[in-house]
Amino acid sequence: MIELVLEPINTEQALQRVTSRRAGATVLFLGTTREFTGDRRTLNLDYECYPEMARRKLEELEAAARNRWPIIECLLIHRLGRVELGEASIAIAVSSAHRQAAFEAAQWLIDTVKQVVPIWKQEHWSDGSSEWVHPPSGPEPAPSP
Amino acid sequence: MKIEVQLFAGARKIAGSDAVWVEVPDGSDVSGLRSALCSAHPGLAVLLPGSRFAVNLQFADEQAPLPRDAEIALIPPVSGG
Repeated sequence: MIELVLEPINTEQALQRVTSRRAGATVLFLGTTREFTGDRRTLNLDYECYPEMARRKLEELEAAARNRWPIIECLLIHRLGRVELGEASIAIAVSSAHRQAAFEAAQWLIDTVKQVVPIWKQEHWSDGSSEWVHPPSGPEPAPSP
Repeated sequence: MKIEVQLFAGARKIAGSDAVWVEVPDGSDVSGLRSALCSAHPGLAVLLPGSRFAVNLQFADEQAPLPRDAEIALIPPVSGG
């Protein structure tokens, strides 16, 4: 299950959606807006995406994770638009019979989302400046599923 | 042929538009488009080396052809998550 949403992510609902009686483990990862990057202070973030491609990539990642690990349920939610400090910009919830699969899949999913899904954040800094974040290391090949 | 390239994030800000039209020779591949885009919009030069192109919603390598009517986008380094 994948979603691109404008409103705050309801983490309780996200967990419920992957909870299963067949699961012995449920992992929830939240990526949240951090106030300080070094000594620079963030006021808030804006996210934008290439909607059709972002959706497709997220679906591909879910399929690849399900192919690699015995996942019961998998949910990827990415928020768009303004995200305030402390709020989640992404939630990844994975359930599996045993914990190793859920931990590994969730970690692989967040790492890979950060490399291949066309979503960008704009930092609004406390000094009044704003910048789109384009990591200078450039694109890296996605870890193979 | 003329190709419309969708722009996002920092690339959109630099170009001041969410899409630009670029003239490329018929039969050009992605690398040809990259050069043409850089010439037509020199401001994008800072982002282009680290950026990828998407052709019909999939990342395309430098030798990939540019089919007529394909949906083409410049994908600068991503920062979601």
